[in-house]
Amino acid sequence: MAGLATLHPSSKAAARGWSDLTIRNIFIIPTIMFLIIFNVFPLIYSLGYSFTDFRASVNEPVKFVGLANYRELLNDPRIWNNFWVTAKYVMVSVFGQMVIGFGLALLLNRKIPAKGLITTLLMLPMMMSAAVVGLFWRLLYDPSWGPLNYVLGLGNLAWLSDANLALYAVAITDIWMWAPFVMLLSLAGLSAVPQHLYEAAAIDRAGTWYTFFHITLPLVSPLLLIALIFRTMEAFKTFDIAYILSTQPTTELVSIKLYKFAFQEWQTGKSCALAYIVLIMVLAITNIYVKYLNKAKER
Amino acid sequence: MAVVTSSRKKVWNRVAIAAVIVIAIAFLSPLYWIGSTAFKPRSLATTVPPTVFFQPEITPFIKLFTKRVQLTKPVDPAVYAAAPWYEQRIYDGGERILRVGPNIQMSQYPNRFMNSLIVAIISTFIAVSMGTITAYGFSRFKMAGEADWLFFILSTRMLPPIVVAIPMYLMYRVVGLNDSHIGLIILYTAFNLSFSVWLMKGFMDEIPKEYEEAALVDGYTRMQSFFKIVLPEAVTGIAATSVFCFITAWNEYAFALIMTNRRAQTTPPFIPSQVGSGLIDWTVIAAGTLLFIIPVAVFTFMLRNHLLRGVTFGAIRK
Repeated sequence: MAGLATLHPSSKAAARGWSDLTIRNIFIIPTIMFLIIFNVFPLIYSLGYSFTDFRASVNEPVKFVGLANYRELLNDPRIWNNFWVTAKYVMVSVFGQMVIGFGLALLLNRKIPAKGLITTLLMLPMMMSAAVVGLFWRLLYDPSWGPLNYVLGLGNLAWLSDANLALYAVAITDIWMWAPFVMLLSLAGLSAVPQHLYEAAAIDRAGTWYTFFHITLPLVSPLLLIALIFRTMEAFKTFDIAYILSTQPTTELVSIKLYKFAFQEWQTGKSCALAYIVLIMVLAITNIYVKYLNKAKER
Repeated sequence: MAVVTSSRKKVWNRVAIAAVIVIAIAFLSPLYWIGSTAFKPRSLATTVPPTVFFQPEITPFIKLFTKRVQLTKPVDPAVYAAAPWYEQRIYDGGERILRVGPNIQMSQYPNRFMNSLIVAIISTFIAVSMGTITAYGFSRFKMAGEADWLFFILSTRMLPPIVVAIPMYLMYRVVGLNDSHIGLIILYTAFNLSFSVWLMKGFMDEIPKEYEEAALVDGYTRMQSFFKIVLPEAVTGIAATSVFCFITAWNEYAFALIMTNRRAQTTPPFIPSQVGSGLIDWTVIAAGTLLFIIPVAVFTFMLRNHLLRGVTFGAIRK
């Protein structure tokens, strides 16, 4: 049962025109219906297919196979390897973003000429298309004439065709794009630390490290946590940047495997099952994320 | 003592500022490289050491917009002299522009760029319109299980694109929406709708309820007060939300890669698809990339005060 804000339903104002309840329904229900039709319904559809041997490329009768797809996937060491690659990628890229992003924020958290301009310029990479800008990194990474090797003096280091390096190359590009995101959130956290705490610490002759660990870090940590969860979730879902940059099996993230299952090997039923495994993991992280978002809102 | 610490602080400050400048230059150099490669002669795009200073030319953009083939024999001097300047630049590079009769054949780039514009603008318009009214609904009226509904709405945004794309592809195949603008518009609207609701709810919550209450007392209906009082107050929020939604749709790759291949293909899957065949002309790739990212760069500057809010779905306002 819904209660209405501000106006009593039987009051004069509410009696004019549509009732608040009608307006609320007209305003909210279309959006929810839209999302149910175009997000929930397709997922139910694919849940159905995940129990079949359906192949979208051939015109054969679809057979119900029960949990066989799920069983096969969870017993397949190659799938576990995709998850392992993804985990490694998430750790490297999110760790890099957190360290560089927070470090940049600490450096920027002072009076700097043209600070606003510098901050906005640093935001540019993350606003751009990972696919298009990521493609250009192939030129930067080129072993023979790529400017990156030249500037860093790395000779002919084959970033993208070296099976061991490729994942790190993808992660570096991702760090380049998203470290500024962590920086943005950290800066907001840092600017909210009350100045008098630092003054009190100075009077008490607290050292730089003590001040950092006992004042700065605890006060910034709620926002850092939000950045951490959000980036973890996004890195877990990464598709475009890795797909564009490298074809190495060592960079085959879960999303890429999913894409290949569904649209190259046309194992539609099996891909739906894998999609569901990924979906459940993402929803779990989303749940945690929203909890912290709401916490940050209440502050 | 105090003097010592303050002078030490000053030194630290200078070091930090120097570090910021160095890091900022390093961060922006890939973007500079895209921009400069877009104006390079092809022979200077992949040199060792990398070419930093050069005579900029517009040829990559001419190439970007035209269909060309390699010249098999040197061009007739009379033909060269009669050709317009842009065609001469192509002859200089050892290629000629393809023509149908007298008309120059355009490349696919302008078409893909238009597709990106159509899909991004229409999906943004729908997502922001629906998001605005829904946000108002959530902001002003109580609803059973409000937090759960909002979580549901946000969770649709978090779904990995490929997970949604598999069933959507199958369903579009049945109804014939594959490789259509409408198909992409629906997907991008659904994707942006949740974001638009959350961001707009943040803006709506900031508009004081007292304004509307005063209007209601003055004899406005709830709808009139929404259109005449709330919407004008929410213009900044609507603009910021629109720009964010536009950028997301503009940049999107995975859905476009799966759902389109020719007619409705947008720029993000198109630019990488050029790389596949033969020797890559990076100057053309750079020119296409530059034109594609300029709108986003402009929007980022317009949005600079709302970036934090945007990336946290309206939760953190500064």
